[in-house]
Amino acid sequence: MSNAALVQVQNVTKTFHRGSEDVPVLSGLDLMVNQGEFLALMGPSGSGKSTLLNLIGGLDRPTQGSVSIGGDRIDQLSDRELAAWRARHVGFVFQFYNLMPVLNAQRNVELPLLLTSLNKSERRQHAETALNVVGLSHRLKHYPRTLSGGEQQRVGIARAIVTDPTILLCDEPTGDLDRKSGDDILTLLQTLNKEQGKTIIMVTHDPHASARASRIVHLDKGQLSAQPA
Amino acid sequence: MNWFTQVFAIAAFNLRSLPQRKGAALSAAVGIAGVAAVLVGVLAIAQGFRHAMTKSGSPDTAIVLRSGADSEMTSNLSRDDARLISDAPGVARGSSGPLSSAELFVIIDLPKRSTGTSANVPLRGVGAAAFDVRGDITMVQGRRFELGKNEVIVGAGAARAFSGLDAGQSIKIGVNTWNIVGTFTAGGGLAESEIWTDAAVLQPAYHRPEGYQSVYAKLTSADTYDSFKDALTTNPQLKVKVSRLSDHYAEQSTLTSGFITTIGVFIASMMALGALFGALNTMYSAVSTRTNEIATLRALGFGSGPVVISVLTESLALALVGGLLGAGLAYLAFDGYQAATMNFQTFSQVTFAFSVTAPLVLTAVIGASILGIIGGLLPAIRAARLPIASALRESA
Ligand SMILES: Nc1ncnc2c1ncn2[C@@H]1O[C@H](COP(=O)(O)OP(=O)(O)OP(=O)(O)O)[C@@H](O)[C@H]1O
Ligand SMILES: [Mg+2]
Repeated sequence: MSNAALVQVQNVTKTFHRGSEDVPVLSGLDLMVNQGEFLALMGPSGSGKSTLLNLIGGLDRPTQGSVSIGGDRIDQLSDRELAAWRARHVGFVFQFYNLMPVLNAQRNVELPLLLTSLNKSERRQHAETALNVVGLSHRLKHYPRTLSGGEQQRVGIARAIVTDPTILLCDEPTGDLDRKSGDDILTLLQTLNKEQGKTIIMVTHDPHASARASRIVHLDKGQLSAQPA
Repeated sequence: MNWFTQVFAIAAFNLRSLPQRKGAALSAAVGIAGVAAVLVGVLAIAQGFRHAMTKSGSPDTAIVLRSGADSEMTSNLSRDDARLISDAPGVARGSSGPLSSAELFVIIDLPKRSTGTSANVPLRGVGAAAFDVRGDITMVQGRRFELGKNEVIVGAGAARAFSGLDAGQSIKIGVNTWNIVGTFTAGGGLAESEIWTDAAVLQPAYHRPEGYQSVYAKLTSADTYDSFKDALTTNPQLKVKVSRLSDHYAEQSTLTSGFITTIGVFIASMMALGALFGALNTMYSAVSTRTNEIATLRALGFGSGPVVISVLTESLALALVGGLLGAGLAYLAFDGYQAATMNFQTFSQVTFAFSVTAPLVLTAVIGASILGIIGGLLPAIRAARLPIASALRESA
C-alpha cells in the first residue's frame, strides 16, 4: 500500500434516474489521490463534483467502476459495512456545516465518537482537543445558533477530525462564508494537511480557495482534467 | 458497534428537538389522549353497568319465572304458583313464614332530572318478606311502606335520576296517587333503580288481581339451590324456570353492557383512526424537518436501525403521554360518576356509577402505545430508507 494511491477511483460511471429519464453525470472517470495530498476539485455547477465526493466518501455507489480507499473496495460493501467504514475512515465537512442545533459545540464534536469504543470522559477529552485544534476552546458550550458562520464551520471541521479519519472530504467548505472567515478556514485546512499529514479532498468554485491546495483537478462533462498550466 | 448508545443518542436529541415542533407533537398527543379518554370512559360505563347488575344478586337467593320467559317482563305466575314456590323445600323461614316474595312490576313514566324528558322506571310490587329476601335493603330516609296502603319507597338511584321522587312527595298515575314515604339503598345494586310498593296494592291498581311475574326466594343456604330447583322443575303443577339471582342479573346485563362496549369500541376506533393520522402526520413532519439531521448522522456513520428505533421511541413517548393523559382525565371525569341508562332486557332505567379500574387504564395505555408504534413506523422506515446523498442535497 505504500506506493499505491490512497484513493483509487477507476473507470467510474454514475447515472441518476429522474423518472424515466437517465441523467449521466460521470462517465468512465479515473482519479488517484495520494496519502497526504490536498486536492481541490473544481468545475462548473452541476458537473458532478459533489457526486464524485459522495462516491469517495461512501455516501453513494457508482453505477459502474470501482472505488477503493486505502485498499478497501468500498463500492462492494453492504450498507451496514459502509456506515461503519465511514465512521472509521471519513471526516465530512459540509457547506452549511450540518451541526445539530440542539447540541452545543462540544456535544456536536463528540457525536461521531459515539460510534467508537471511547468512554464518556475520553470522548469529552477528544472533543476538547479537536476544538482546541480549530481554535474554539473558548466556545465549548456554545450552541450553533450563537456562533458565527466561520465558527460553525470550525466546529464542523473539529467534528470531522475528532475520529482521526483517513481522509477529509470537504464540499465547498467556504461556500457560505465571507472572504475573511473563508481564508481562516482554508488556512486551518492547510495546517491540518501540512502539520498532521491529513489527506484532504475539497470541492470548490473559488480559485482563491483552490490556490491553497497542493493539486487541482477540473471536472467537466463527466471527465477530469488537470489544471491547465 | 454500540448500538444502544446510538439509539439512545439519536432518541435523546430527537426528544430535545420536540419543543421546536411542539404544535404538531401536542396535537398528536392530544388526539391520542382523546382516544384513550373515550375508550376508558366507555369501558367504565360498561363496567359500572355490569357491576350494578351483578352486585344485586346473592347466590343463596333464587328467582323463579314462568318457564320460557327470558325476563320478568315476559313472565307471569299465578297466586297458586307463588304459594307452591314459597312452600318448596330449601326456602328459608323467618318469624312470619317463608322468606319468599311474589312480585310484579309495571313500568311508569317519570321525568329525568337531567333532561326533563320522561323515561321508564319500574314500579315493583313486593311481598312483605322482600326486605329479608334481598337482605341489602337499607332505608336512608323515611320509613318502609305500610302494607295495604298506597305508599311507595324509592331507590336512591331512581331518586337521584328522576325528579319528584323525594320522600314526602307523591306520584300521580292515572287515578292513583302514591305517597313517597322513604328512600332506600340496595348496596349499589339494581333495586336502587326501582320504586317499591306492596304487591297487594299494586295488583288491583293495575287490574292484575291474581297475577305475579316472579317469586324471589331466600334459600337456607347457597347449597340448597339444586334441591330447591329440582323440586320446582319436577313438580307437574308448575311450569317454571329457576335461576340463582346472581346468574339471572348477569344474564340480564349482557345485552346492554355488550351494546355499550360495542358502541364505545366503535367510537374509540373511529377516533383512533383520526389519532393515527395525527400521529403519522406528526412523525412524518418530524422526519422531514430533520431530513438534514438524519442524513448528516448517517453520513457520520450512524446506522439506519438506530434511526428507526429513535423515531419510534419518540412516537411511542408521545403516545404514552397522550394515553396516560387521556386515561387520567377519564378517571378524574368519570370515576364514580352517577348515570342512568336503559337496560334493554327490562326496558327500564338502571342507575349505576362509572367505574374506571386499573385494567381499563392499562387497556387504554396499551391501545395508545399501539397507536404510537403504528404512527411512527412508516415515518421511521422512510427516515431510514432516505438515500443519504440526495437527502443532503435536499436540505442544502
Ligand atoms: N440524487 C440525484 N438524483 C437525480 N439527479 C441528481 C442527483 N444528485 C445529483 N443529480 C444531478 O447530477 C448532476 C451533478 O450534481 P452534483 O451535485 O454532483 O453537481 P455539483 O458539481 O456538485 O454542482 P454544484 O457546484 O452546484 O454543487 C446535476 O445535474 C444534478 O441535478
Ligand atoms: Mg455540489
